[in-house]
Amino acid sequence: MIEVRNLYKDWKEFSLKDINLEVKKGEYFVILGPTGAGKTLLLETIAGFYFPDRGEVWIEGQNVTNLPPERRRIGFIYQDYSLFPHFTVEENIEFGLKLRKSTSPDTNRKRLKEIMNWLGIAHLAHRYPATLSGGEQQKVAIARAIAIEPSILLLDEPLAALDLRTRDYLREELKRVKEELGITMVHVTHDQTEAMVLADRIAVMMKGQIMQVGTPYEIFNKPLNEKIADFVGVENILSGVVRNNENGVAEIEVDLGRNIFAVSDYHAGKVKLFIRPEDIILSESRGESSAKNVMKGRIEALDDIGPLTRVKMANSLVALITKQSRESLGLQKGEEVYATFKATSVHVVR
Amino acid sequence: MKLLSSWSMEKLKREKIYVIFLFLGLVLVAFVFITLGDMLYRQTEDFPALIDAATNLVVLKAIGISISMAMASTLIAFFFGVPLAYFLARKDFPGKSIIEGIVDIPLMIPHIVAGIALYGVFMRYGVIGAPLKRLGIVITDAYLGIVIAMLFMSLPYLIDTAREGFKEVDPRLENVARSLGASHWKTFKEITFPLAFPSILSGAILSWGRAISEFSAVLILAYHPISAPILIYEKFTSFGLAASRPISVLLISICLVIFILLRMLQKGRK
Repeated sequence: MIEVRNLYKDWKEFSLKDINLEVKKGEYFVILGPTGAGKTLLLETIAGFYFPDRGEVWIEGQNVTNLPPERRRIGFIYQDYSLFPHFTVEENIEFGLKLRKSTSPDTNRKRLKEIMNWLGIAHLAHRYPATLSGGEQQKVAIARAIAIEPSILLLDEPLAALDLRTRDYLREELKRVKEELGITMVHVTHDQTEAMVLADRIAVMMKGQIMQVGTPYEIFNKPLNEKIADFVGVENILSGVVRNNENGVAEIEVDLGRNIFAVSDYHAGKVKLFIRPEDIILSESRGESSAKNVMKGRIEALDDIGPLTRVKMANSLVALITKQSRESLGLQKGEEVYATFKATSVHVVR
Repeated sequence: MKLLSSWSMEKLKREKIYVIFLFLGLVLVAFVFITLGDMLYRQTEDFPALIDAATNLVVLKAIGISISMAMASTLIAFFFGVPLAYFLARKDFPGKSIIEGIVDIPLMIPHIVAGIALYGVFMRYGVIGAPLKRLGIVITDAYLGIVIAMLFMSLPYLIDTAREGFKEVDPRLENVARSLGASHWKTFKEITFPLAFPSILSGAILSWGRAISEFSAVLILAYHPISAPILIYEKFTSFGLAASRPISVLLISICLVIFILLRMLQKGRK
């Protein structure tokens, strides 16, 4: 378990402002934020590489604020692996083991073999880091970090420098570390997919502050404000005024010619509406959808993004649909379509 | 053959800038090579004089003094300079550039001036010389004087090179080592120092070479016990080129052998 209390830190061009976090034991916790938000600085301060200007860090119920990193029982993994270049793979992994006074050389040797087998890197034992691929290096870095049986593992953009396939593979390995070893993980990234796939909970960090903490569902579907919404890929952000509310469904006047219905407790006043582009369904006819909201509009642009197509409409709505549905609908630029979305898909904030 | 030459011409054209730069650079290489080569070559015409020098006790003693005092100076520079280099590589603080500037002053000032300044401080009535005198330690015209003159002139080479070496060691490697349970000392010993060692050794070699060659500052602070450059100068002014050259050839031959051995050691470690 990790607790960060009222933490402040200024370092070079970064600063952390009043950070409060609680990471539960065995949890996979992701700190998500844009570049320059201070995520790495926060992680390094938890690790003890920097001392906070103010505030406290607690690990496993112990105040470690003034403890040096070597006494915090943490594993740390950097984006660029940071393997010791003058040591072989084996020597890298052994480094921490040999420093433990509590275990015998035989036990350490056994543990080394065990970990290398578990991660499938035994065949690399006598190679030097410079001769390894990025994926192999990161596996060695993971092995080195978990060898000393840390209570928490801190990961700074661990997958960012890898190619897509290796990234997918290592993502699964990280899940395995968490599930099979039960280590508390704190993972820093700017990649939303990574956060969505790995996290039990996510903290969104911007400009040195924690903006929102929640489950992936909460973060991606119920962002607290426009900035977070924009960062987590909510492409439809509208301003409106609540005109009516019946049984928890608000009718909101927006700039689209038709009012939008949304599940909300607001009865009046100015609000912001967030609709994720993948929650908007396109069709050629009005159809008989149960969805409350139907907007007619002309297609302005169609962009392929991997297996998906991003459809921008003249009324400014953006939808994300599969290639398959694009083909079956035969969507063309300039064509008129109906965009439908449920009242539950609209997240309303003040 | 024709094909080959046309291919080479193409290649030369593509690499034009390298070709031009190589020729410009070769001017300097030739400058050094011809100067030393000429001296060595001419000495082979007067081989008996070289043998004489190599068996002359005064000459051997002077060379021995130069080499051993330079070693001592380099060891002192190493002991105090490596910690300073690490500190300068890792820490930012107001006034850092002032400290770095002070370290580099010996590179800039004329050696004779340095010698005079050193003499002023270390002579029997000097700020440091006087208290040392009371302890029975004399600097001027003593082995210590040679070491101090050498140290002053050669310390920037070791500190600057070692500092750059430490800078190249990613601080994140140190962070990881500490997260694995290594103390700061242990991290320095196992990770930082070994990784910076090639640079530190380079700096030590440069510093050692600079120390051996120091003339002016040594001349003023400690003319005696006579070290090699001073002996060579004395022979040159009293007896001319033919008398001073054999000693010079002997000195640079020994220095080159040591230099090459150290370089090999350095390569071997990499």
